[in-house]
Amino acid sequence: MGAGNLLRVDNFCLFYRTSAGIGRAVDGVSFELERHQAMVVLGESGCGKSSLGRGLLRLLPRNVEICSGRVFLGDAEISAYNDERFRREVQWVRIAMVMQAAMNALNPVVRVGEQVAEPLLVHRGWPRARALERAAEVFGLVGISADFLRRYPFELSGGMRQRAVLAMALIAEPDLVILDEPTSALDVLTQAGIMNVLKRIKRELGTSFILITHDVATSSEIADRVALMYAGQIVELANAADFFHRPAHPYAKLLLASIPRLHQEKRPEFITGQPPSLLSLPAGCRFAPRCPSRFGRCAENPGMMTLPGGRQVRCWLYAEGAQP
Amino acid sequence: MTPKSTWTTDSGPDPLLAVRDLRTWFELRRWGFLPAGFVRAVDEVSFELRRGEAVAFVGESGSGKSSLARTLLGLYRPTGGEVIFAGRNLQSLNRAEQLHYRARVGYVQQDPYGALPPFMNVGRILAEPLIVHGVSSRAERQRRIHEALEEVRLTPADDFLPKFPHMLSGGQQQRVVIARALIMRPAMIIADEPVSMLDASVRVEILNLLHTIRTTHNLTLAFITHDLATVRHFAERIFVMYAAKVVEKAEVKDLVDHPLHPYTQALLAAIAEPDPANADRVRVIPGGEPPSLISPPPGCRFHPRCPHAIPDLCDREIPPEFEPRPGHFAACWLHR
Repeated sequence: MGAGNLLRVDNFCLFYRTSAGIGRAVDGVSFELERHQAMVVLGESGCGKSSLGRGLLRLLPRNVEICSGRVFLGDAEISAYNDERFRREVQWVRIAMVMQAAMNALNPVVRVGEQVAEPLLVHRGWPRARALERAAEVFGLVGISADFLRRYPFELSGGMRQRAVLAMALIAEPDLVILDEPTSALDVLTQAGIMNVLKRIKRELGTSFILITHDVATSSEIADRVALMYAGQIVELANAADFFHRPAHPYAKLLLASIPRLHQEKRPEFITGQPPSLLSLPAGCRFAPRCPSRFGRCAENPGMMTLPGGRQVRCWLYAEGAQP
Repeated sequence: MTPKSTWTTDSGPDPLLAVRDLRTWFELRRWGFLPAGFVRAVDEVSFELRRGEAVAFVGESGSGKSSLARTLLGLYRPTGGEVIFAGRNLQSLNRAEQLHYRARVGYVQQDPYGALPPFMNVGRILAEPLIVHGVSSRAERQRRIHEALEEVRLTPADDFLPKFPHMLSGGQQQRVVIARALIMRPAMIIADEPVSMLDASVRVEILNLLHTIRTTHNLTLAFITHDLATVRHFAERIFVMYAAKVVEKAEVKDLVDHPLHPYTQALLAAIAEPDPANADRVRVIPGGEPPSLISPPPGCRFHPRCPHAIPDLCDREIPPEFEPRPGHFAACWLHR
């Protein structure tokens, strides 16, 4: 496998049908992910980041109104596959996912080893003994002793269960692992341990990651690129260094200023107002009602502006000749 | 104009709260009635809270910080030790005095959605404590409810009174929880992870609000959290808990700049800050997991994970509290 694009997502939309109307959870998201890269999808609750992750893997609830857009994995257009082909050839084999709170979703009456080996039995048809051997290998990779293969989930701590779930995602050697809030329910020390494991896997196996999180500080532990989402759209897409040092979108600036830092004297700021409801989105820029630098043009919907260096920002401040 | 003068912070004994050798143990039963042991959720904890002070209790899950909070609130009966509030031992209070104590201490829960009854509107939620504590005049109750809502900036108050919890955003729900904690005009607030369920951009707003309320009324605030970085700006002292014990107590700046206990040092080193350089760095974290609270290790409870453990001392003798710097206490043999 050479370098180059692993995943290309083009105008991805995911709308839900609810009793109160259509919820536009993901609304025209486009991005590219290179091999061996980790992209962080950052956003607050309700911005559509989890829907994006589940939508890419077609793990959708029943009330989906529209799921559209083109998704390419390598050269193959996986969005054109039918469900059966997608399940056989993509799910878990090429793209795996660690769900939010997955560590609490392990089957309590099945030994951990059996559960971790399951993708190989189901997708690859491996014999059980060989699959368990491979599970022991992957356990080593995520830093759990192979003795734990024969234990039940309740005998493992939260951090260990999270590592076991990560092992399950990695066992079939996928090209891409989507992690939805992998550390948000864990303690600081356990969190740091999991991030160390992810960094090592990225370095040793070259696996690509999409990390979905609301935790700005932890996201910087692994990010090569950052996609910041707000109200169903990507509002900034940039390299990690650019994003964390020089955020461009007003929302990105405010969000970074709201993160408390240990050795900073200044008190963190907060963003006034609340994100809009995905059921009734404002016309024009969706952040405008909370934006300190809004001006006349924000009443129109901004497109993605490409800045020098390839950074993309959805904000009229960066349009040509559009200074307020 | 709403009268604000009614809430007078009483002067009285200082410290407001003194806790001595507090133990909260939960019994484990194996065969129906035979006790099989105890979960030592809080074990020999001592500290004092000064009037008007904000103190953060920091620790990992299972370190006993929530059990401590619930013991201080009088929801758990301590197994041993004393809690002395405004000069009175909690154990010695009769029923009427206990009710009065509960009005003097406000509680802000972690999960605002779970803490608010879904079938009551905001007006009813806030009236409840007033009814329980015998504020019988309807007009007086309405006045105090308005006052509390204005205090937490849910204005105009009349718009919020008929709303049910599910009609509010997470931040607004937490404001209602805070208003409920304030409505009896307490002398102390115990906040158990008040912002951990909220989004980053809203957290600071709620913490600012708590800070303003505390300083306006000279309230004592016990603030339970696992997030050291946030605490830095909203507390005066930090108490670090590990395996049911307080291992370090210090002023915020002193603790952050010169942590003394190896556990605190590990905790501070593990805190991530938004910095792209993190991606190239592997954090050094102590191996192992926090010990079982049913059979904690002998000696210092951190010694099995401690990089500086002294053989034949840390694994045998429980370290007492040392004060290597003025006002900075650490329960660690390295500082004897």
